[in-house]
Amino acid sequence: MKQLLTGNEAIARGLYEAGVTVAAAYPGTPSTEIMENVAKYPEISSRWTPNEKVAVEVAGAAALAGARAFSSMKHVGLNVAADPMMTLAYEGVNGGLVILTADDPGMHSSQNEQDNRNFSMFGKLMCIEPSDSQECKDYIKLAYELSERYDLVVLFRMSTRVCHSKSIVELGERVEVGVRKYERNVRKTIMVPAHSRPRHFEVEEIFKKMEEEYANNTPLNTIEYNSKKIGVITSGISYQHSKDVFGEDASYLHIGLLNPLPKKMIREFAKEVDEVYVIEENDPFIETQVRAMGIACKGKDVVPQCDELNTRRIGKAFGVKKYVEEDLYQSEINVPARPPVLCAGCPHRGFFYELGKLKNVMIAGDIGCYTLGMVAPLNAMDSVICMGGGFSGATGFDQANKMGKRDDVKVFGCLGDSTFFHSGITSLIDAVYNKSNAVYCILNNSITAMTGHQQNPGTGKTITGEITEAIDPIAVVKSLGIPDDHIRVVNPLDLEETRAALKEAYESTGVFVIMTKSPCALIKEVQKANAGKHVTAHPDKCKSCKACLKVGCPAVALGKDGKIQIDLAQCNGCGICKQVCKFGALE
Amino acid sequence: MEKNILLVGVGGQGTLLVSKILSEGLMEAGYDVKMSEIHGMSQRGGSVSTHIKFGKKVNSPVIAEGEADILVSFEQVEALRALPYLKKPGTVIVNDHQMYSMPIITGEQEYPEGVIEYLHKTVEDTLSLDAGKIAEDLGNIKAQNVVLLGAMIKKLGLESIDWKSIIEKMVPEKFKELNIKAFEAGYAL
Repeated sequence: MKQLLTGNEAIARGLYEAGVTVAAAYPGTPSTEIMENVAKYPEISSRWTPNEKVAVEVAGAAALAGARAFSSMKHVGLNVAADPMMTLAYEGVNGGLVILTADDPGMHSSQNEQDNRNFSMFGKLMCIEPSDSQECKDYIKLAYELSERYDLVVLFRMSTRVCHSKSIVELGERVEVGVRKYERNVRKTIMVPAHSRPRHFEVEEIFKKMEEEYANNTPLNTIEYNSKKIGVITSGISYQHSKDVFGEDASYLHIGLLNPLPKKMIREFAKEVDEVYVIEENDPFIETQVRAMGIACKGKDVVPQCDELNTRRIGKAFGVKKYVEEDLYQSEINVPARPPVLCAGCPHRGFFYELGKLKNVMIAGDIGCYTLGMVAPLNAMDSVICMGGGFSGATGFDQANKMGKRDDVKVFGCLGDSTFFHSGITSLIDAVYNKSNAVYCILNNSITAMTGHQQNPGTGKTITGEITEAIDPIAVVKSLGIPDDHIRVVNPLDLEETRAALKEAYESTGVFVIMTKSPCALIKEVQKANAGKHVTAHPDKCKSCKACLKVGCPAVALGKDGKIQIDLAQCNGCGICKQVCKFGALE
Repeated sequence: MEKNILLVGVGGQGTLLVSKILSEGLMEAGYDVKMSEIHGMSQRGGSVSTHIKFGKKVNSPVIAEGEADILVSFEQVEALRALPYLKKPGTVIVNDHQMYSMPIITGEQEYPEGVIEYLHKTVEDTLSLDAGKIAEDLGNIKAQNVVLLGAMIKKLGLESIDWKSIIEKMVPEKFKELNIKAFEAGYAL
């Protein structure tokens, strides 16, 4: 049967067909839908873990115990999981182990553009990359066979355009492989120096062997000979773009096995063609190795290293006529910007509105919807680094202020409920342990929101919707010894209450915790409860003072007459705007 | 036939159902189809786009500048933003609808006047319609996306595919009649 599937859906199907039994992940764009789809198969034990490190440890140990195991994450998640991954690479597998990284060239929804193919050479991992949904399914099945045959961990590399593009996939049947027999073999599974030293040698030998006997002779790497004037060496989505740009005017070496690279195949291909082009997104991963083999080529000297590629960028880089001759429609009307914003009715809005009004503050933010607290007119953020950085960042700001004698500056750190469980807890432990003097804010909207509503340890439900223990962040906070008079739980839709808690926190010393508690406005049950609710505008009472516009709600605007109007299609009646109107124009 | 269709709008406007119906119908008709969209941060009220490419064999799932045969915009200025992606001479279908972005709400920038007129002047084959009004008259503004789908199918000359049965398969029972009517209304334009 044929189905139109995204790369992420195809991966989930491939895991099912491959007989995988254990899967663990933390959500992150563009990887999230893989695990959401895996969880639909009762044959696979699936879970959202608090973070990526936990996910890889669970999957890695499951593989050692004999299960075909899987873990997926966005590219920056692999940094969190790098610790177990780098040593699992020495331990190898029993049941196959695939760690999937979903990279985000172009940074559609990410804080950096790191190219995780580099991790495969760095970490001694086999690396496989597909270019469409059918390859996603076929390659991930083969990845398990190879992982078990060569006793290597596989780093399966995807990118946004492969994850989120749909193409036609032929479905297959599941092959039950069960869980392999487990026998204790500490030389291979306890990495103390005496065991790790020989394992490192062994892993390097395996790579040599695999390159010699397999890499040049695998369905993962293919050559298509057309015109031999140009020979394109490429992988992943760049292969698809390149085919559109050069068509039959070039030959292609399409590499699906990136580590170890098929060096013999590359040499033979380079000999056959007049000129070699290496076309890949971001870093010159293939190109550097091709050049090291003494093969002259065109690559990053013309192809942009930053941002994602498309046909036009590749065509222009190589001077292909059709792409060089610019003849595009261009709007002569100035097009206003449309940056993302907190949704209408978002509970984070009330908190950031009040926080943004405070003077002499530094605010460390974090990764999630609440990053949008940075957007005008809220402007309530100084920094965003990574998951958990909202808390440790606040501690760093506070320490610099202390050493710089900036005693009049108060520091706030902000992160969400899912992020608190991800890595905020350890940051808060540091703050308590080392006597920080900042305010740590947990913006609890009872869901992992930005990635599209995944459950987390605080929601009381597992990935399959099963009821489980809901861990209360405040219980965790209290367990660290933070006294009750330094903890406030507020409803962020109540501005007065929020303002009072912020004032108290501002004037306090030591570690102070504020937790806002109001569910994401987009949660289905919340939407149902709010259906039909809205704020009513009374333009006749409006004095056009624009105070309501400072809350930065997309449903609140002034009409052409300069008077207040509410977009009823967006408004859910959260009531923040009406709390700032002094003239009763909103009710 | 080989065509590249670019759907653009604002996060939350529901381009998803349209691209689903479209790609399903094209696949059933025997075309190779690829569809690409971006999830995550831009969905929070930012500009969003869906790329649909079909033909005998499709390689890249992404439509680059100058490659879209038809641009369907759910909002006025989003049509302007996406204009460089249209092939010359191309076709534009634009929903006569304005959504204010935050820089416009705060007064930092202005929502431009005369967008529809400008599109008609710049791209000869432009169809503008108030899909929201048409859908509202049929009973529910949410069916505006299927009105736009109907208009698009006509422009693409894809009437040989049985779209109504595909719509019936893909929408909940209670919205079937509404969506079929919305499709017909768009198609009749």
